[in-house]
Amino acid sequence: MNEPKDVHHIVDYKILLKSGAALFALTFLTMIAFWNHHHLGAFAAPIAFLIAGVKAAIVMMFFMGLKYDSTMNRIIFGLGFFFLAVLMAFSALDIWTRVPVLGTI
Amino acid sequence: MAATTHHHNPDVNYINEFKGIGSWLTSLDHKRIGLMYMISVLTFFLFGGIAALGIRLELFSPGQTVMTADQYNQFMTYHGAIMVFMVIVPGIPAILGNFFLPIHVGAKDVAFPRLNLLSWYVFMVGALMGIATLFMHKVDTGWTFYTPYSIKTSGAATMMVVAAFIMGMSSILTGLNFIATVHKLRCPGMTMYRMPLFVWAIYSTAILQLLATPVLGITLLLLAAERILGVGIFDPALGGDPVLFQHFFWFYSHPAVYIMILPAMGVVSELIAAFSRKTIFGYTAIAYSSLGIAAVSFFVWGHHMYVSGQSETAGIVFSFLTMLVGVPTAIKMFNWLATLYRGSISFQSPMLFALGFLFLFMIGGVTGIMLATLAVDVHFHDTYFVVAHFHYVMVGGTLMALMGGFYYWFPKMFGKMYNEGLARVTFVFIFIGFNVTFFPQFILGAMGMPRRYFDYIPAYESLNKISTVGSWLIGIGFLISLYVIIDGLLRGKKAPANPWGAKTLEWQVPSPPPHTNFHHDPVVTAGPYEYR
Ligand SMILES: [Cu+2]
Repeated sequence: MNEPKDVHHIVDYKILLKSGAALFALTFLTMIAFWNHHHLGAFAAPIAFLIAGVKAAIVMMFFMGLKYDSTMNRIIFGLGFFFLAVLMAFSALDIWTRVPVLGTI
Repeated sequence: MAATTHHHNPDVNYINEFKGIGSWLTSLDHKRIGLMYMISVLTFFLFGGIAALGIRLELFSPGQTVMTADQYNQFMTYHGAIMVFMVIVPGIPAILGNFFLPIHVGAKDVAFPRLNLLSWYVFMVGALMGIATLFMHKVDTGWTFYTPYSIKTSGAATMMVVAAFIMGMSSILTGLNFIATVHKLRCPGMTMYRMPLFVWAIYSTAILQLLATPVLGITLLLLAAERILGVGIFDPALGGDPVLFQHFFWFYSHPAVYIMILPAMGVVSELIAAFSRKTIFGYTAIAYSSLGIAAVSFFVWGHHMYVSGQSETAGIVFSFLTMLVGVPTAIKMFNWLATLYRGSISFQSPMLFALGFLFLFMIGGVTGIMLATLAVDVHFHDTYFVVAHFHYVMVGGTLMALMGGFYYWFPKMFGKMYNEGLARVTFVFIFIGFNVTFFPQFILGAMGMPRRYFDYIPAYESLNKISTVGSWLIGIGFLISLYVIIDGLLRGKKAPANPWGAKTLEWQVPSPPPHTNFHHDPVVTAGPYEYR
């Protein structure tokens, strides 16, 4: 009632089809990366995560319509990721700063 | 807003407009859903309370008296799990928040009434699943379900954990509903800064419910997966880490402490303003300190793990961050005291509970700072000092505010007055009983008595006896409250629209309110506390 300006945006179905196609293509790319993972070595996991990240971004922008949404809603959405990062960062802080107990005798 | 015109029958309200049990179970009215939560939560409170009395009875004397050690562990688990997941987390938001948040912002209902009803059903499914484990192999893990024990116990921990997961879903739905209501359904003239502080508190709580509860859900699912499939996330033999469970668990459960206390602070803001007949001091400071507490609460969870094998560096960082919680909390405390200053205070029963809150919550808060101090906590960890501390926060804080809120809004919810004299007697019993029960536990903790134990050495006996006697006083206090409620419902005088002379919107509509809350669409032109 207070914000009459935000009308629901309807995403054009052609954009949805294109995003869908992109998701399938990226899934296929993940499979190619998996078939070649011994060539990629240590890069295999980061590459897989990168592809997954791009896919998630496509879903959020077009299927969830965040690209057309108000900044406020984007911030609220982003907060979830921020606190996920907090959870992981502090848990990692604990594990990475543990001093191995070598015994005192 | 005139209560009646010739269009409106003054005798028709949300309680009697529709009749029959079916009209309640399918009701989308936030007020009826609030009452349904009230009945369920009070019933679970009875279960949790009986478990508490059982624990104290066993601890009346050293050695085995009324139950075995295994039964003691079960009593302790059900007391904790029921009180946390079924009473204090849903308590104020789902009962008083559901009933009053929409009226406070001038709305006819919450943003998603069907979702609201669904959240009650989801809650009941989870709660009844949890209660059902009583008839299976009873759970003995404590409410925290710590690994590695929770992985190997033969109790029905999987079912209990799934029950808590389901109740978490309900909590998320409630929070989502309140956030949408605050953003979208405020009536004309109701700016964010004209909302009652109760709404700010419930709003901050809702953010926590939305952001933190999913982590509890995932953690409990991982624990269930660990028990059923042996995936090895928390089991060191399979490369897992049991301390990781504590990280995940407290990432929810520390913010959950604020899910439990922030709504109480909101109630207290309403009570103190109304019974001091004075504009609340520092409105914006109190509103933002709620958000501040919510934000800081995500960075402090490691204070539960100082002696759990967490690294020293992490402990130091968490100790420092935990101290920060004291800042927004103290801001609230000072603003409440400043509101009392030169107010015309009347000591009616809701106000007594609010003042009790100030006193007890301060003790709970200050001992919290003591426990946040890394070096001090190494001594106090897992002693009765911690038990006393969090009961001063959860019971001295949240439960006192819940009781004060009940008495304050009882006339509005049911359209009846209760026996004020007896209501004050309940305060005396609960307040004194509470201190008699829990203050000795600070001393016991400082003397080194460990928590969760079934037995103790003779040196601890006299203080334990005092503590148990206190628990009986609390029990008597709640029995009298039950009588006050039933007596008020059956024989209470008809309540006027505004028995306390308060300024927020709910007091401008009839008691009890009509089905759509307002006979005429409200337009707000002033703040919620413009007394003088
Ligand atoms: Cu904590």
